[in-house]
Amino acid sequence: MAKVLSYEKQDTFIHELSGLTKLIVFLLWCFTSALTYDTRVLAAMLVIGAVIYYISGTKWEQVSKVFYAIMFFMIINMLGIFILAPFEGCKIYGTRTDLFTIFGNYIVTKEQLFYELNVTMKYFTVIPGAFIFLTTTDPSELAASLNGIGVPYTLAYSVEIALRYIPDVQDDFHKIKNAQEARGIEMSKKGNLISRITNTAVIIFPLLFSSMERIDIVSNAMELRGFGKKKKRSWYSRKKLTVRDYVVLFSAVILSAAALILTYHDGNRFYNPFV
Amino acid sequence: MSEPIIEFEHFSFKYKAQQFPTLNDINLKIYPGEKILIVGQSGSGKSTLANCLNALIPCSYSGEVNGTLRVCGKNPGKLGVFGMSQIVGTVLQDTDGQFIALTVAEDIAFALENDNVPQDEMVQRVAKISEKLELTDLLDYAPGAMSGGQKQKVSIGGVMVSDVKILLFDEPLANLDPATGKSAIKLIDDISKNDDVTIVIIEHRLEDALYRDVDRIILMGNGTIVADMRPDDLLCSNLLSDNGIREPLYISAIKASGAKIQPSSNPRNIEIMDLEPYKEDIKKWFYSVKPSVKQYSEDVILEVKNLCFRYDKKRDILNNVSFKLRRGEMVALVGKNGAGKTTLSSLICGFLKPVSGDIYFRGQDISGLSIKERGDRIGIVMQSPNQMISKPMISEEVGLGLKVREVPDDEIEKRVNETLKICGLYQQRNWPVSALSFGQKKRLTIASILVMNPELIILDEPTAGQDFAHYTEIMEFLKELRDKTNITILMITHDMHLMLEYTDRTLVLTNGNLIKDAPPFDILTDENTCEAAYLKKTSLYDLAVRCGIENPPEFAARFIDDENRHRRASDRNKSEQGGKNG
Repeated sequence: MAKVLSYEKQDTFIHELSGLTKLIVFLLWCFTSALTYDTRVLAAMLVIGAVIYYISGTKWEQVSKVFYAIMFFMIINMLGIFILAPFEGCKIYGTRTDLFTIFGNYIVTKEQLFYELNVTMKYFTVIPGAFIFLTTTDPSELAASLNGIGVPYTLAYSVEIALRYIPDVQDDFHKIKNAQEARGIEMSKKGNLISRITNTAVIIFPLLFSSMERIDIVSNAMELRGFGKKKKRSWYSRKKLTVRDYVVLFSAVILSAAALILTYHDGNRFYNPFV
Repeated sequence: MSEPIIEFEHFSFKYKAQQFPTLNDINLKIYPGEKILIVGQSGSGKSTLANCLNALIPCSYSGEVNGTLRVCGKNPGKLGVFGMSQIVGTVLQDTDGQFIALTVAEDIAFALENDNVPQDEMVQRVAKISEKLELTDLLDYAPGAMSGGQKQKVSIGGVMVSDVKILLFDEPLANLDPATGKSAIKLIDDISKNDDVTIVIIEHRLEDALYRDVDRIILMGNGTIVADMRPDDLLCSNLLSDNGIREPLYISAIKASGAKIQPSSNPRNIEIMDLEPYKEDIKKWFYSVKPSVKQYSEDVILEVKNLCFRYDKKRDILNNVSFKLRRGEMVALVGKNGAGKTTLSSLICGFLKPVSGDIYFRGQDISGLSIKERGDRIGIVMQSPNQMISKPMISEEVGLGLKVREVPDDEIEKRVNETLKICGLYQQRNWPVSALSFGQKKRLTIASILVMNPELIILDEPTAGQDFAHYTEIMEFLKELRDKTNITILMITHDMHLMLEYTDRTLVLTNGNLIKDAPPFDILTDENTCEAAYLKKTSLYDLAVRCGIENPPEFAARFIDDENRHRRASDRNKSEQGGKNG
């Protein structure tokens, strides 16, 4: 569990880039993917994404669980689009090619399928990007990069604090769960749903109280070492930008500009194969 | 003499929410380069005094200040917590909580980062400090991968990196095993000798803190300074025990023999103390007191046979562990962090499944029983009460285990009341949990386990982080409980006093092997075992050897027996008098 989506130290080109570079590229990437519905652009992004994923050395077991979870929500989303707006594709592309009828007004059209294919492709461009960013960026550098793009450092540092304490809170959770189970509170699948929900309260409250105890200590410790008194803060683990960072940033800007020009040159962000 | 670096003048402080001042007319001067030990029981004001130095008082905890305090000629209240952090470096008791960043290097750099020091300079300064503290190889480590002693070094590095003038240690020994505590005291001493800093240590474990010399001891009681003396002078008086501080054991033993200790004999440290004047008295005393006798029940409650456990093939967490617990025994389970103590208790309670080996409860194999079924016979009490308490009202909390077992309501009420009486919480049965003190909360968690009538309870670090008074309160309660109900008690601990005074037997785990199963007196007088388990030989051993007593374990046993007898007699007197008055 602990290894899911967590940073793993490796020696790849992607790992060596500064966190700031990766964050900016990732944001550009998401921005482009969000704006474009141009199937050609999305296809190109899919290929580039796959290549970067390969270079980054990200392992399948690091991301598989989250991947399945996203897939689950994606399918719900796809069905949702169809149920709520079965002719969205027709509206967008301006034609209607019926394939077959499910019942009543629910008719599957080529346009709707093509539209939903584009939505799926958007998912598949963003997902690997997020995975790569999280598994190749040292968490300590993450806060530094967030601060680098203008996020206030107090906010950026809270990300680091969360990462620091997640293992401790997990540990507490297991301890408390065990102790409460020994007192006879059924937490396993044997109990019925309602009793399981009420029983989680006996874990949540102790967990909350022991976490608050922790927060009190940590905030004192931070204050005693001067956190939050100056407007600016330097970062021990910030990676300096090198030539390759600038090259990557430059290429990313050019590529997303090109993608957006290609998307919008005809005044419409959809690529339309039907006319 | 130079100007004092810390100067309290008629200084008083009253917390906002309190009626009476916590510090009352404090006058204290500390000079540059001095090494000062502040002792006192909880509520004596020693932590409040420390928080005045780093400006947490009055900046974070508000209240009413009277009189003056100057640190390096400045007023901490005016300079604020951040300003004071450049002068006074505070090493907190909870070194895990003080570890803020994700790696050692970043944590040491934390104060510099906040001061917006350029990255290159920061890297250099971190490298310099980590070399001094021998942390260079650990710079990339995450807090989870480090021992308590290592974390403490990081905490020290994290405040020393700001070139502070004063280092303030808040109970540096509280979370460390005895051997690591010893090296911490040595490290502090080295810093005091090699660096240009003034050191203030707050600690109630006097004997361990005196492993290296200090210049003066400040004894606090009821918000005032009771004594400000050289260690040698203070140890000869009775001020320590009168103010709830445990004297070093060898000092108590010499006093018990009737000898009068002289400051000139260097009583501050057993290794350099001149024992010549006291030898005869000690020997005479030893032969005059009753030999210690222990009675053992033969009724085996729990038997662990050839227990093995590992997470992966690389390393055994437990290797072929076998032992028995008998009815009514109090047993300590000791060993350094990571030795397998928690794993062993988790296996007994069924939180983990053994790779091989068996556990028998009253002769019956319990491998097939669920956590809940084991919980009917074996209760486990966590270290922090906050990890267990889940109901807002006391009687509800105690009754929880019975309620989920679907015991009828009237029987729950009866059993809860009985248990609360045993635990001394019956008067408070309708109180909210939040109204209880820490010691009472601890008793509450024990009550919530006892109510299920287990035959064995396992306590994880029952006295960690407690001062002598609370420690005694909890341990006397457990002992009384054992005497009343004949319950078997297994305690995971690294408190050596607890082992010596309250246990019949000690199990020593090292790297997953049970290396010793013997009375505590045998273990704490055996150098090899102590070293392997990160324990520390008791000073009673050194005292016995240096007085020419041929059986040091027996000497330790007789002294502890004698001391317990005296304490209980005086407690009885006190409670009888209290009864008359009430």
